[in-house]
Amino acid sequence: MALFALRRLVLAIPLLIGITFISFLVIQLAPGGPFDYLRTDSTSQDPKLIERLNKEYGLDQPTYVQYWRWLNRIVFLDFGRSFQPDSKPVMTKIGERLPITLLLNLVQMFIIVALAIPIGVTSATRQYSLFDKVTTVFVFVGFATPDFWLALLLMILFGVQLDWLPISGLRSLNYEYMSFWQQQRDFLSHLVLPVSVVVFTGLAGLSRYMRQSMLEVIRQDYVQTARAKGLPEPVVIGKHALRNALLPVVTILGLSLPSLIGGSVIIESIFAIPGMGQLMVQSVFSRDYPVIMGNLVIVATLTLLANLLADIAYGLVDPRIRFASRRRR
Amino acid sequence: MLASPRARRGEIRQFWRTFSRNQLALCGGVVVGLLVAIAILAPALSPWNPDKPDTKRILEGPSAKHWLGTDQIGRDVLSRLLYGSRISLAVGFVSMGIAVLIGILLGAMAGYHGGIVDAFVMRLVDLMLVFPRFFLLLAVLAFLKPSIWTIMAVIGLTGWMGVTRLVRAEFLTLREREFVIWSESIGAGAVRVIFKHILPNAIAPVLVAMTLGIPAAILTESGLSFLGLGVQPPYATWGNILNDGKELITYAWWLTLYPGLAILITVLSYNLLGEGIRDALDPRLRQSTVGRVLRLGR
Repeated sequence: MALFALRRLVLAIPLLIGITFISFLVIQLAPGGPFDYLRTDSTSQDPKLIERLNKEYGLDQPTYVQYWRWLNRIVFLDFGRSFQPDSKPVMTKIGERLPITLLLNLVQMFIIVALAIPIGVTSATRQYSLFDKVTTVFVFVGFATPDFWLALLLMILFGVQLDWLPISGLRSLNYEYMSFWQQQRDFLSHLVLPVSVVVFTGLAGLSRYMRQSMLEVIRQDYVQTARAKGLPEPVVIGKHALRNALLPVVTILGLSLPSLIGGSVIIESIFAIPGMGQLMVQSVFSRDYPVIMGNLVIVATLTLLANLLADIAYGLVDPRIRFASRRRR
Repeated sequence: MLASPRARRGEIRQFWRTFSRNQLALCGGVVVGLLVAIAILAPALSPWNPDKPDTKRILEGPSAKHWLGTDQIGRDVLSRLLYGSRISLAVGFVSMGIAVLIGILLGAMAGYHGGIVDAFVMRLVDLMLVFPRFFLLLAVLAFLKPSIWTIMAVIGLTGWMGVTRLVRAEFLTLREREFVIWSESIGAGAVRVIFKHILPNAIAPVLVAMTLGIPAAILTESGLSFLGLGVQPPYATWGNILNDGKELITYAWWLTLYPGLAILITVLSYNLLGEGIRDALDPRLRQSTVGRVLRLGR
């Protein structure tokens, strides 16, 4: 098992280098360099400014030299400083935002899994029942619903019309003056809307995979055998079928992580949640390019790590994967 | 080629028989057809000029004159929605076209040649899938001049991974088949074998991928426009109208409700159509990963 995990880890190294390469390529996309936009409002600008900035950031060097220097710095997580007036180091900025995005995504992921598994299993074991039909409709609508639109509708309904829930930020203005438990309640009530939106759209996908996977497993011989030897149905489904049906779902979960994290761009900017997604949108609007690059590298690296964990978890629960990969490679 | 013209015709008849029994897919197809017609006929259908402000009628709710109300500078929302369907459709088709083209080329190369080419292409796919899509899109758009062409190109260039995987998987099985080995043995070159012999047989999943790729691109574009980073005003797009409405949700719900409904209906009908085509083209595919792989691209 340790060997399997190690092998996966080694395979991730080229991907890690690839992440830095693609991110670097994105900077190179800027025609005339990342500072070229300063030219447009050059009325009061120092004509030598762009030249100076390019020199300061080493952009006058050949591309491969730039890449190599940049790579050498980001090994130590040094992404430079933000262009914003506060000119904080990029890593400090990301460090402030990252825990919020991670927390939100973990909560969302947990709720999605907790709901999707029972829904998927139920609609598979009662295929074509009313429950199955209703969830199928729900799945199709869930796939087609733009998350930002759903967020706005829920804001109108629960935030404005009914005034039940706060619609922006993570804390109320009078947070400082609350007792400890009031603070917890306040924080949780701020999470309800953003989390519900992501859960609704994410649930559609995962419950569908769960249903599909369960349908495939139920037809297998070993499930028939379990039934034939007189085991009660809940044991057949809950123990023999479910365990095997969950295997592909582990992979799907790992693979759907990028879209979940990517979704935080929109959700965080709608609900004014100070996470990575909002930071990304703000930096794009202010062309704060060290922050953009840092964000891209960190988010991709985290996704890679999460995929790696999912991979290893898969190997842990399914011995066939461990042995097959040994034979193949 | 495996299938003679007559066998082809039989296949098409078989396809239609299965497809036409699927009422949801038929509905999806009809709505998709209507949407295309609306996009083409938008100038004739629009009751008002979509770009003409009317300062006397700012933020009016739905009425007999303006069925879906007016926006913050008095433009008719219905007309803007009708014109917006043109942008959505154009972005959907072109981005999907770019993605599918790249997907077919890379997938065919990987699946046909195997070995180091395959390893390289698949690592590239893995690499691109590690980037959360919206972060990558935003990073690229930060440095480019926003225009409808940039948006199309960028959505296409970040959405080819699912198709590549599909095409590769098809090629892996097809290249071992007798008719491929036979044509290779009489000296057909790689390009000929790939495009003349294998690709026509691998077209079913590609067709499904195309149908399901359009709504995915439409959703992405509207998301970008909603953030203000997509197709720029004064173009009327569904995402732009939602972006306008975002600041006004307390007064003007119609600016939010209708464009979102338009997106929902469009995406839903393309998805129903796509799934219907998949089920009818090849019962084998019903249980397969076509939908799964593509859906993850969202």
